[in-house]
Amino acid sequence: MNGFQFQFAPVFARSDVLLEGLWLTLQLSAIGITLGALLGILLAMLRGLAPRALRWPVDAYVELVRNTPFLVQLLIIFFGLPSIGVRLTAEQAAIGAIILNLGAYSTEIVRAGIESVHKSQIEAGLSLAMTRWQVFRHVVIAPALARVWPSLSSQFVLMMLSTSVCSFISVQELSGTAANVESDTFRSFEVYITVTAIYLALALLMRGLLTGLGMVLFPKGSGLGRMRTQSGR
Amino acid sequence: MIRTFSESEFLFIVSSARWTLLLTLLSLLLGGLLGFIVALARTSQLAPLRMLAAGWIGMIQGIPVLMLLFLSYYGLSMGGVDMPPIVAASVSMAIYASAYLGEIWRGSIQSVAWQQWEASAALAMSRAQQYRYVILPQAVRIAVAPTVGFIVQLVKNTSIVSIIGVVELARAGNLVNNATFAPFKVFGTVAAVYFIICWPISLLARRLEGKLNARRSG
Repeated sequence: MNGFQFQFAPVFARSDVLLEGLWLTLQLSAIGITLGALLGILLAMLRGLAPRALRWPVDAYVELVRNTPFLVQLLIIFFGLPSIGVRLTAEQAAIGAIILNLGAYSTEIVRAGIESVHKSQIEAGLSLAMTRWQVFRHVVIAPALARVWPSLSSQFVLMMLSTSVCSFISVQELSGTAANVESDTFRSFEVYITVTAIYLALALLMRGLLTGLGMVLFPKGSGLGRMRTQSGR
Repeated sequence: MIRTFSESEFLFIVSSARWTLLLTLLSLLLGGLLGFIVALARTSQLAPLRMLAAGWIGMIQGIPVLMLLFLSYYGLSMGGVDMPPIVAASVSMAIYASAYLGEIWRGSIQSVAWQQWEASAALAMSRAQQYRYVILPQAVRIAVAPTVGFIVQLVKNTSIVSIIGVVELARAGNLVNNATFAPFKVFGTVAAVYFIICWPISLLARRLEGKLNARRSG
């Protein structure tokens, strides 16, 4: 090691480029995670209500996505769809892949929450003259979501970190712009240390925000908060 | 020159799975060793060690695998030694695995009833003996299912090292796709090979989990 010296100045001089990348990372994460989570909740509900024979398409989707890498899903969408005539920008392909991927993980997480609701709870709801839909909405879904919120939150953070993989298909999000700054400055290590610190800060911030959101969505007094803390063991 | 996606391309992709498997194995061994140390530190009686391990886990779990890879790749090459990419790849995957395995195993160690510590201490066992003969044998049983589940994440994340030129499954797919322009066939094959590797491991993890729950409630 012949006197390597850290030089962050050339990297910070291009902070505007990195900030643009950060902005795209935030957009990809916000849109992808919101829609992916909604897809997951919807599919888990559908699976819960559908007769046993109709569950397999949802299960197949979940298993296929969860047992293949996000990168390969991204490549199939980005290179595959145009070959059958669907034109996509890299950003659109990235968002599609994020929704597809997170959708499967959220389905699995929410499904586990739904199945953890005891049968006697549903019977109790029905005996109070609630309709089937009311029981599903208030007795099954709401407590299920409260219970799995911590798992969902970690999955959201993991998904945000995985958006870095979108740079493989030339999306100019944070790690994509990092590669540009690297080839401009040749300060590879410094660039990636800086960007790593940004991702870490983002992950910590997101964890805090999601915990806060959990407290707002499932407040202590509602009885749902109790479930949140129970699962947080 | 456009080649067609024929048997030789198919075989090239399938055979590149050996690098995916080798990388998974290397990072599992190295990351397992490191993760075990992290788990022990995380459950240590010394507060500074506990904090250090908690910091390590929190930090690594907040960094994309891609960044761990780049930092290992450029960090190791700063020494001036020409490292083969597979070394940087294994190091980064091991660091990644150490945080997740460390956290899984911390949970397993802590889920052993605390009276077990007291009982073994009452038998005049040293801390090392308590771990070796009382705590770890029980913790291992709890740890097996989530550890097997994590191996699936490890296999999938090895796809990311394709960017530094290790010709494993994902990279092989990219190379073949560039030559044949048959993305559905190529990446469909790649995805199928990953699925064939990962799905049995997922099923095994689920079975082990079920078994453990049955034993507990029974």
